[in-house]
Parts: sequence; C-alpha cells; structure tokens
Amino acid sequence: MTVDVGPPERARTAEAALTLSEEMYKCVHCGLCLDVCPSYDVLGLETESSRGRIAFMKLVREGRLPLNPRVASHWESCFQCLACQEVCPSAVAVGELMPQARALVVEHVGVPKELQEVFESTSRYGNPLGQSPRRRTAWTRGLAVSVPELSRDGGAVDVLLFVGCYPSYHPRVQEVARALVEILGRLGVNFGITREERCAGDSQRLAGEAGLFEYLAEQNMEAFGRLQFGELLVIDPHEYNALKNEYPRFGLSQKVSHYSEFLARSLDALKEQLVNPLDTTVTYHDPCYLGRKNKVYEEPRQLLRAIPGVNLVEMPRNRANSFCCGGGAGGMWLDVEAAQHYSERLSERRLDEAVRVGARVLAVACPYDLLRFEDAVKTRGLEGKLVIKDILELLAGALKQ
Amino acid sequence: MDIVVLLKQVPDLVEELEVDEAGNAIDRDLTRFVVSEFDSHALEEGMLLKERHGGTVTALSLDTGEAEEALFAALAQGVDRAINLTGEFPQGMDNHQAARAFAGALKDVRYDLILTGAQAIDDVDGQVGGLLAGYLGLPYVSVVSQVRIDEEAKVAVVSKELAGGMEMRLEMDLPGVIGIQAAEQPPRYVPVGRIRQVRHTAALETRDAAIGPGGVVKVRRVYKPEPTRRAEILSGDDEEVAEAIVKLLGEKGFLR
Repeated sequence: MTVDVGPPERARTAEAALTLSEEMYKCVHCGLCLDVCPSYDVLGLETESSRGRIAFMKLVREGRLPLNPRVASHWESCFQCLACQEVCPSAVAVGELMPQARALVVEHVGVPKELQEVFESTSRYGNPLGQSPRRRTAWTRGLAVSVPELSRDGGAVDVLLFVGCYPSYHPRVQEVARALVEILGRLGVNFGITREERCAGDSQRLAGEAGLFEYLAEQNMEAFGRLQFGELLVIDPHEYNALKNEYPRFGLSQKVSHYSEFLARSLDALKEQLVNPLDTTVTYHDPCYLGRKNKVYEEPRQLLRAIPGVNLVEMPRNRANSFCCGGGAGGMWLDVEAAQHYSERLSERRLDEAVRVGARVLAVACPYDLLRFEDAVKTRGLEGKLVIKDILELLAGALKQ
Repeated sequence: MDIVVLLKQVPDLVEELEVDEAGNAIDRDLTRFVVSEFDSHALEEGMLLKERHGGTVTALSLDTGEAEEALFAALAQGVDRAINLTGEFPQGMDNHQAARAFAGALKDVRYDLILTGAQAIDDVDGQVGGLLAGYLGLPYVSVVSQVRIDEEAKVAVVSKELAGGMEMRLEMDLPGVIGIQAAEQPPRYVPVGRIRQVRHTAALETRDAAIGPGGVVKVRRVYKPEPTRRAEILSGDDEEVAEAIVKLLGEKGFLR
C-alpha cells in the first residue's frame, strides 16, 4: 500500500483530479444510494458505496487525500451498474463521474495486472480475450445456416450484425451467436457480418481507458464506412451501449438495435416459428446496460412470453431495480482483484434470488451474465437446480424443426 | 545515469507460426511481431532506475517486425530518445550481426549502463548482451532480477535467482551490460491515448545499421514438433496384460 508522502503529492494529484467534473458537488451525502448499491449490499462498507466513492473524489480533488492505489481500489470495486442514479434525489450523474475517476487512475496510478492484460489485448488484437483478429469469424464455420461475411472492401445488407467479442470468441457465448443467426435465417433477414469488426470498447472506456475506446471507435467507423447497411444489430448490451450512445459522435448514423428490440419488432413472424414448448418456470435478469442505461425492459420479456410453455416470474429486484452481476466497468476482468475485497460475488447473491422465486431457468441477455451466472451456479452448488440460458438460446430451442 | 535499453521484435504467438519455404526460419511475411517480453522488463527496469537516479533512457531497436510501434510505445512510457537502426535485413539479423549493429550505433551515444532482456523466445540464445559487451570492452552479467546502482562508486550491484531458493549478489563496474530476467515490477501500462499523442508530437531517430558478418553457427532446420506414434493402452486383468506385454516385447525383437 502506498502511504501519503505529504502535501506535495496531494497537491500534484489534486491538480490532476481537476479533470473530475464538479458534478460530484451535487451529492448531498443523503445515503439513499446505500440501499441499492450492490457492492455496499455485499460488503456493508461506506467506502464501497456511491456516497463513499464520491467522498473520495472530493477529497482527492481538494488535495486532502493523495490519489494512490488504495483510493483507486474503492473506485475499482464499482461496476457502474447505475442503480444509485435511479434513486439519487440530487440526480448525481454517477455514470459520468465514475469513468472520469477511473481514467484518472489509469493515467496516474496504473491498473491491476489482469486489467492491463485486457487493455493490451484489446488495443493489439481488438478483443479483450487476446484472440487473433484473423479468427474473428471462425465461429461461423460448419454451421447449417449461412452467415454471409461482407468483404473488407464493400458489400450491402439491410442489417449488419455486430457480433461482439464474447459471442465471436468465447466458446460458451459462441452458442448465443449461433442461436441468433439461426433465428435470423428463419425470419429471412438480409444480414451480414464483417471480420473487420473490433471490440466496441465500452467496458474498457468505463474502466478508464478513454484513449483505447477512441482508437477502437475509429477502427470500427472505418470498417463501417466501407459497408452499406441500414441497421446495426448487437448482441452484447455493453457494446450496444457504446454503439448507440457514443458512436454517433464518431459519425455513426445508422439505427442501433439490441437483438431483443430487433426481434420484438418481428414478434408475430417469430411466434409462428416457436412451436417446441419449454414447460418450465423462467425468470429474467435485466442487464444493467440494456435495462437501466437504455431502458429496454419489456422487449426481452415479450420474447420470453412468446415461447410456448414458459411461466415467466419476476425476481424482487427487476427492471430499474435489477441487481448487477458484477461484470461491468471492467469487473469482468478484475475477478482476482475483487476476490481480495469481496467475500461473495454479486452473481452468487443474485442466483439466490432466482432460486427463491422458484425459477428453473435464469434467462439473460448479456454475455457477461451468461458466464458469471454459470460460474456462480457451480460455486453455489446449484447444478441441476438452475440453468442459465441466453434468451436467444431459449428461442432457438423452441424453433420448429 | 544514462541508460540504453535494447529492444528486439519477436513473433507474436497469437497467430499460428509457419515455417518459410527454405525450411530454416519462420515465415516472416505471415508473422506479427511484438517486443520481446524480457526486453519489456529491461525497459521497465531502466525506467525505475531513471526514476531513482535521474538521467536519461534511450531505447534502441533494429528495424525488424514492428519496431516503430515498440519505439513509440517506449517514448510514451517515458524514454528520452528512441533510435531505430534501419537497413536491408529482411530476415532480421542473427545475434552476432545484431550485437555488431548495436555496438556501431552506440559509438556516439552516452551511456553508463546498457540493459537488454536475458533472452528472447525466437532463438532462446541469450547472446546479444554478452557479444555486445565483448565488442565494447565492457563487463557483462545476465539473468538478473534486481539492479542497484551506487553512483559514487560507479558500480551496479545485481541479484540473480539461483536454483534451490538461493540468491546471488554480484558487483559490476560501470559502464557495463546487464541482461534482465525480470524487472522489479511488471512492465507498467501505457495508455493508448499517450502512445497516439506521442506519434504526433515525437519523432524516432533513425541510423543506418552497420551490417557485419554473422555467426558461424547455421540454422539447419526449423520445424514443428512431429507427433510420435500413439501410445497403446493395454486393458484386461493382470494376467492378460502381462501376456500382452510379453507378446509385444517379442514382436519388437526385445526377447530372445
């Protein structure tokens, strides 16, 4: 642990911390955020709540505390799930403050090794998994349904499927991508993919690497510029958030849809294809960056209800009050770091809630959720009792043969 | 303290490696390159020493692979100068040539200490540091994991990790050459924005590399390990397995 080396160090970091927005002074420290903050929920520590984190921001900005790894760790334990923003009576934009604080850490303190590896992989290979960019579309090999790959130099489709990093490379999440293209094939959607796609970079941005985010956005915009398409279809809510809300400032003008929005628009045609009943009780976990951030709450539920035999039940914390899985803002890549602070993963706590409402299937709509909840099933000993499935997998399983 | 760090580009293992047509090198056209991990540690150690003692750090690289990218990253990390040794060497250089080229380039560069990685994954040879020290008439120590400088006495005190949990401490006069096994802390993260900014604001120095004769050892063949024939697993009870073993030994001609 770094110790305070005195006023000069505090003054130096205070000067750097002027990049933090004055938004923080809107916080009146009322503490309403404590009740909904997932890290506070698990740890019960003031320092691991939104109120505590904002207090640290003020102290650093005013030169009363130096910016050091210890202060940084309180910011790094936040997943930017935005639950606090929903309840904040002063409407503090925590979602703007936290990335600023994390950027300050990346620039002046450094990053934990596991996050450094992810940043370096993303910058070098265009994905956080450290896989070859040449193999980005390898998941389509051997599929019965055709997945048209647009050439580097051009091509026109109605819908450009932005597959995203985990669906492209992670063996478990590749199943989700395969389910989606099967459904698109059934619906006769004119779509294509491109291997020029790079990580959209949202979680890296929230984890403080704004420069990396810009670099990725420029690469993606260059690739998009060579193609003609009317709409971007996205699987990962984090990449969706970046493309929908951040990429317009890099020139993206096409409509951006999460698959739940896209498929809900074709609900009638889709329903005709859904014949195999899934006779079980299902609950749905709202991903932070699909739900709270982008207010997509109903479309995923419409899709689940369209599957014959699905008994959809709600967990107590749903929609705007959904409980984060712990994967956001780099949490996905800070598991070793988190294990030093957390006695329990957020994903584990969330599973208990799903079990309590009698769900046999926990439906998700985010790659982070799929992986984190499947791990939590194992660590909680819930194998055989609770199954984690992406909505797309449930839909594909119900398609008529 | 003026420090020079030598950087080497090695194949990036994210892509499958291919052997070239001649069969004695990897196909460089199909390969991505990345700075050798040991050299990254040497650079980190150089930066730590600069932070402790002041002075300058100069990064020096042969223009192979993606050397420019590595040198810009080094500038973003905080080195004072980045020098790229350019010339006609499409196949790279062997360690003798590289050491000669570095020695030539260092004629008019001030240094108290030269750091390089203890070895690199592409040849696992670890000779450049020693050869360079020979050409420059300097002392040399390698596979080092800690460097302490006594500026007054003009010596470096270095530590090497030995087998069996032993550590060895050596003293070396400066100037000298040190091969780094590991820096005292992992190479720091350099934000992408800083690297991109440096590309706009800083320039690499280039020098013609002196291309001299190579070493006398020739690479005859580079190849992927060939799988040996499959193992055979015998099953059955003890009697049956014993009988099968005797039969096998007979077939292979081990029994007379």
